[in-house]
Amino acid sequence: MIEHPTYNYKVVHQFALMTVVWGIVGMLVGVLIAAQLAWPALNFDTAWLSFGRLRPLHTNAVIFAFGGCALMSTSLFIVQRTCHARLISDKLAAFVFWGWQLVIVLAAITLPMGLTTSKEYAELEWPIDVLIAVVWVAYAVLFFGTVARRRDKHIYVANWFFGAFIIAVAILHIINSLAVPATLTKSYSVYSGTVDAMVQWWYGHNAVGFFLTAGFLGIMYYFVPKQAERPVYSYRLSVVHFWALIAIYVWAGPHHLHFTSLPDWTQSLGMAMSLVLLAPSWGGMINGIMTLSGAWDKLRTDPILKFLVVSLSFYGMSTFEGPMMSIKSVNALSHYTDWTIGHVHSGALGWVAMISIGAVYHLIPLMYGRKAGEMYSVKLIDLHFWLSTIGTVLYIVSMWVNGLMQGLMWRAVNSDGTLTYSFIESVEASYAGYVVRFIGGGIFFAGMLVMAWNIWKTREQALAAGISPDSESAPAREALA
Amino acid sequence: MSSLSSGFIIIGTFGSLLAFFLILYLNRSTRNPGRTTGHNYDGIEEYDNPLPAWWFWGFIITIVFGIGYLLYYPGLGNFAGFGGWSQVGALEASQDAADERYSPQFAQYLGVPVDELMHDVTAMRMGRRLFATNCAVCHGAAGTGSDGFPNLTDAEWHWGGSAEQIKTTIMQGRQAMMPAWEPALQDQGVTEVAEYVEQLAGREVDATLADAGQERYTMFCAACHGPDGSGQPMMGAPGLNNERWLYGNSRLRIEDIIRHGRNGQMPAFAERLGEEKVHILAAYVRSLSSQ
Repeated sequence: MIEHPTYNYKVVHQFALMTVVWGIVGMLVGVLIAAQLAWPALNFDTAWLSFGRLRPLHTNAVIFAFGGCALMSTSLFIVQRTCHARLISDKLAAFVFWGWQLVIVLAAITLPMGLTTSKEYAELEWPIDVLIAVVWVAYAVLFFGTVARRRDKHIYVANWFFGAFIIAVAILHIINSLAVPATLTKSYSVYSGTVDAMVQWWYGHNAVGFFLTAGFLGIMYYFVPKQAERPVYSYRLSVVHFWALIAIYVWAGPHHLHFTSLPDWTQSLGMAMSLVLLAPSWGGMINGIMTLSGAWDKLRTDPILKFLVVSLSFYGMSTFEGPMMSIKSVNALSHYTDWTIGHVHSGALGWVAMISIGAVYHLIPLMYGRKAGEMYSVKLIDLHFWLSTIGTVLYIVSMWVNGLMQGLMWRAVNSDGTLTYSFIESVEASYAGYVVRFIGGGIFFAGMLVMAWNIWKTREQALAAGISPDSESAPAREALA
Repeated sequence: MSSLSSGFIIIGTFGSLLAFFLILYLNRSTRNPGRTTGHNYDGIEEYDNPLPAWWFWGFIITIVFGIGYLLYYPGLGNFAGFGGWSQVGALEASQDAADERYSPQFAQYLGVPVDELMHDVTAMRMGRRLFATNCAVCHGAAGTGSDGFPNLTDAEWHWGGSAEQIKTTIMQGRQAMMPAWEPALQDQGVTEVAEYVEQLAGREVDATLADAGQERYTMFCAACHGPDGSGQPMMGAPGLNNERWLYGNSRLRIEDIIRHGRNGQMPAFAERLGEEKVHILAAYVRSLSSQ
């Protein structure tokens, strides 16, 4: 790791490495629970290995540990480089890093123990919620303090997205987690009934909107033009779709509660706004892909760019699929089926993971005094790209097939009006899809191991070349690049 | 909802949609398409290109659709929408339509006695589907039960196996209640009674312990399970003089049940299914054990 003369790369480097580590851990748990759905005996009759406890561990690990570390690494890298300013405090940066790792470790301990608030994507109990809030505020101070130090009057679009993501996640987390503690490990939500459900899905949908979309669009707006070495397609589009995206996302939560006790008007309003959300979401995809105009040939030789572009394609696909699934008549078929799981993973694997992977491949070599993207092996990046793409496609397609089949089986009726299939028959019929999903997830996971190996060798090479934390040559080399 | 809240929702919704429209409209074109804005962030420049036309119009279309949708369906606070649609109304309409269409098919069997109906192939096919949807989740797809849920294919009927009794069980549900005997029996007593219960089932046991257990059994258990362990359908008390166990056959489980009691519950289906369907189900369940 190179001490940069101007920027704090230490925290960027730490978060980048933990992105890979938590990616491997979170996806391994995902592969295990995918296998459990095909072969239930794999929970070994052990409470802490059971699906109900490991599933929240998987979602928390990939969203907040893997995705969170990717966001913190890239945002703290981008904010320094685009504002030409060092982070306001190295100590605060270290606090954010170690605080976030502590949150993750506490989650990895408490969730398998069965300690949960039972709110999806907000399962952690109140002491951890308090810690998250503290670390998050520190992160906000670090980020916005650095933005305030910028030399240029304008703020680059990537930083707007990170800014919106940081503010919105703080609000969402605090409001949804409000609870009355009973003991150290048990609390009761201050909301009840339908209001609780609505607050939960206002949070849940905007965790997707601000954590997994706005934050990663911030990553996109830096690494795509940087890796393609092309100007951003349209400044105007970036302004318009930014404001539209953050203003409309907060309306769309009720589509998670169609045909429930949520009042009719809330459901309709949520659905209408979910459709209006399509164009703002696509604005980011268009701007990213059009940025490649004139640089398409680079896709032949640059697997990092392939990661970035394919992630944008998956982003476009899942943000089209989302509004479609929010239409009530489509939702009546898709809700509670594996289609939802497929939709989430086309976003999670195809978009979030692939753009993070591309970004980490771009910035890791910089940490070792090399040129951006100059990894130990380009072939291994290419291999990783194909493993990720094939894994994601197998995953999504198997869940689409399962989801459609389940939805159709559940609504099939005989001539006397009785249901044609019992629930268990739809579970039996899903077996093949579960096996394919397990294989797809396993392939994606294998790609992460390839990545870890590639990073390890890059680091070894750097050390062998005599690049140590005291080396003067590395930043100089970077300056040339 | 108060008209204040309702007005807030309506103004907020239309205000937001109007704001999106204005942001779009006012930013549609740019001054220098094809040129950069002059900003440079860490080497990244930005073109001053306008909004792509298809994207612009796509956005406008979704806003127009949204307004139309919110006028037709209930979406604006207390305003019910011009279409008169409601979730409960739609549900009731489809339930009524289904009732009208399907109930004659079930009702035609109501006059046929259960014992006769169980030999009717068409009715039993309907019964099997009803069973798969409503009963299989506890009693298993084949009706063979599972731990804590009675096997319906054997000769054992906890609440009676006559047509009328089965129908009553499904219509009204059942609530079994075996008290916890640990306080009365103490450890030694539990061991002795368990020994005797095993003897009732026909197992090899320690005669001394079983004899002591029989004495206690007569005092505490016989009232429900019968002096000879043949059970009591009035109470839903299972027969103990056989190897058909509701809650597991191991010595450990038997002692556990004596110690802590059990509260088996079968839900009532009268309201959910109606008598016509329960009648067919009763015949189907009856047919399971006689096969």
